[in-house]
Amino acid sequence: MGPTLDFLTLLPYASELLQGLTTTVMLTVVTTLTGLTLAVAVAYLRVNGQPWVRWGLSGYVEVTRNTPFIVQLFFIFFGLPGLGIKIDAITAAFIAMTLNLAAYSAEILRAGISATAKGQLEAGRALGMTTLQSYRHVVLVPAFARVYPALISQSIIVMLGSAVVSQISVFDLTYAANFIQSRNFRSFEVYLLITLVYLLLAFGMRRSFMLVGKRVFAYQQGEQR
Amino acid sequence: MIEFTFWDILRNLLLATRWTIVLSLIAFVGGATVGLVLTFMRLSSSRWLQRLTALYVDLFQGTPLLMQLFLIFFGAAALGHPISAWWAASIALTLFTSAFLCDIWRGCLEAVAKGQWHAARVLGMNYFQSMRHVILPQALRLSIPPTVGFSVQVIKGTALASIIGFVELTKAGTMLNNATFEPFTIFALVALLYFALCYPLSCYARYLEKKLYDAGLR
Repeated sequence: MGPTLDFLTLLPYASELLQGLTTTVMLTVVTTLTGLTLAVAVAYLRVNGQPWVRWGLSGYVEVTRNTPFIVQLFFIFFGLPGLGIKIDAITAAFIAMTLNLAAYSAEILRAGISATAKGQLEAGRALGMTTLQSYRHVVLVPAFARVYPALISQSIIVMLGSAVVSQISVFDLTYAANFIQSRNFRSFEVYLLITLVYLLLAFGMRRSFMLVGKRVFAYQQGEQR
Repeated sequence: MIEFTFWDILRNLLLATRWTIVLSLIAFVGGATVGLVLTFMRLSSSRWLQRLTALYVDLFQGTPLLMQLFLIFFGAAALGHPISAWWAASIALTLFTSAFLCDIWRGCLEAVAKGQWHAARVLGMNYFQSMRHVILPQALRLSIPPTVGFSVQVIKGTALASIIGFVELTKAGTMLNNATFEPFTIFALVALLYFALCYPLSCYARYLEKKLYDAGLR
């Protein structure tokens, strides 16, 4: 048989592809929200927390940033049940992705936060804001705006990295691809199509993030540029 | 059934770590070579070459590394030339690395102020002379910290080769797990070994970054 491409053989598997796409999109949307929220908390505590909290969080961030995502996933899915903590595959994927995104984003945010001068925070206090208010308006939001592009990229990296969750039998896009190629033996066509879908997802994510950013950080545009 | 002691597990994992290191070195050296060519293509005066390289970088940065591995592994077979997991992993990781290094290095070359180009040209240097004597030495200093930092991503990327059956650290971990049913110990050890490889590089990258910063170059 010659090397011919036949994409029509994929048509009967449209429902599997759709299921995979839905899972990947849902996982990405949820973990982006939880991951970035957790990142804010981690970044805050790494600067303002008790020494032992800071130390512990630094450990978490460094371990996460210096080990492969797939190993983190396997540790959570296969390793934790050994301690009596049983979790299903999709939950393990959700936890692993959230922890991964949070560790990287916390480090990115920390760079943004440390760029804000101490005096600004004191100015906020002097204007009558509470500590939390001035932290939010003077430090956090500008820091977020400053590192927003890096956060977009990191969220996209986590989305692309989520292809690995297929290895613990989460029915995501990659799992759908593996499933289809095991049925119709058209591996190259399937993976080419799925790769294109990931590419479109990455593109779509960047665009929608930028649209959101334009709205949310609109009042800061003058200051930024 | 063979019984595995803790030391058996650790020894097997350490032996497999060799292949993670070898694959990382192949990917890094190969990726740097291809990446260097790409960087100069990206900065050439030909619009066509610029677009082509930009597309290449976007394609590799916008798709999962796992898909790149699958496409090369299964694509070669579909074209009638099946290749081993070794080759597929080496090629995929080389291409992946080259795309990211091209992007990093282009940024570094562009970070050297435009005025320096003009100054060099005014002094009568041609393109290659100004590149060699003025731009490259400065860009090189800027590029070392992010390049070292990226090597960590390459090492972590090699873990995905386990999925196409390449026996490196992660694959050895899953195989040992199937034989011993001690997932907690094994994956903790696997993570620890990756950490031992990556953390020194991360620290070194940070140190170099700080040195540049202190020198006022950033």
